[in-house]
Amino acid sequence: MKISVLIQEGPYNHEASDSAYNFIQAALAKGHTIRGIFFYDDGVYNATRLMDPPQDDRHISKRWSELGATGIDMIVCVAAAKRRGITNEVLVPNIRISGLGQLASMIDECDRFVTFGD
Amino acid sequence: MAATGKKVMVTVRRAPHGSIYVQESVEVMFIFATYDMDLSVVFLDDGVLALQKGQDTKGLGIKGFMASLGALVDWEVTNVYVDRQSLKDRNIAEDAIISIGKDDDTDAPIRPKVLDSAEIAKMMAAQHAIASF
Repeated sequence: MKISVLIQEGPYNHEASDSAYNFIQAALAKGHTIRGIFFYDDGVYNATRLMDPPQDDRHISKRWSELGATGIDMIVCVAAAKRRGITNEVLVPNIRISGLGQLASMIDECDRFVTFGD
Repeated sequence: MAATGKKVMVTVRRAPHGSIYVQESVEVMFIFATYDMDLSVVFLDDGVLALQKGQDTKGLGIKGFMASLGALVDWEVTNVYVDRQSLKDRNIAEDAIISIGKDDDTDAPIRPKVLDSAEIAKMMAAQHAIASF
């Protein structure tokens, strides 16, 4: 099954981002395909390379970047990112900035669409 | 682009001010409308508060989105619904909600259609995807 994921909350403050990550790992382990991951609202903070958590904690943006390296399409919404100061300069590798049209495409081209929010 | 006409619903469940969710949901509606999707929008729970008349965000120092909601029809977002029980629970009269545009021929205001929860549930079950705000 082809799955697209929308993430609406920022990292650490809220479990949504962790839940999304765990869901995606489980889906991949079951043999499903992730068509795309779209970061919206405060979710855009998941993709900043400026985060620097303590060494004994999970590094959320690094984790997403590693997932992106496997070829999954990972998009940060340009409008939501601009509001919050997330630019190409501060993005981790393997995640790109694009528009909400990409969310429409992800929805169009998936069998299941799953939202992780508040 | 997205030309399969899949059924997509945007639900607005949160209060209009105090967080950015509703404003960013409006941006999603407009973009989805430009794609060839079978889009419907449903206001329910605290989301119905966004449809109250006379809102003014100047005092909050934020841009607000009331004008955008008032022009949904112009952007071809026409399948707009409200949950009857959510209105009732918040003491908002069904005829007191804002219009989302005007009828081209008669100039009559078009309002979101008030539906019972069961009808909305049925619509939800028929969607390909639901984006919740």
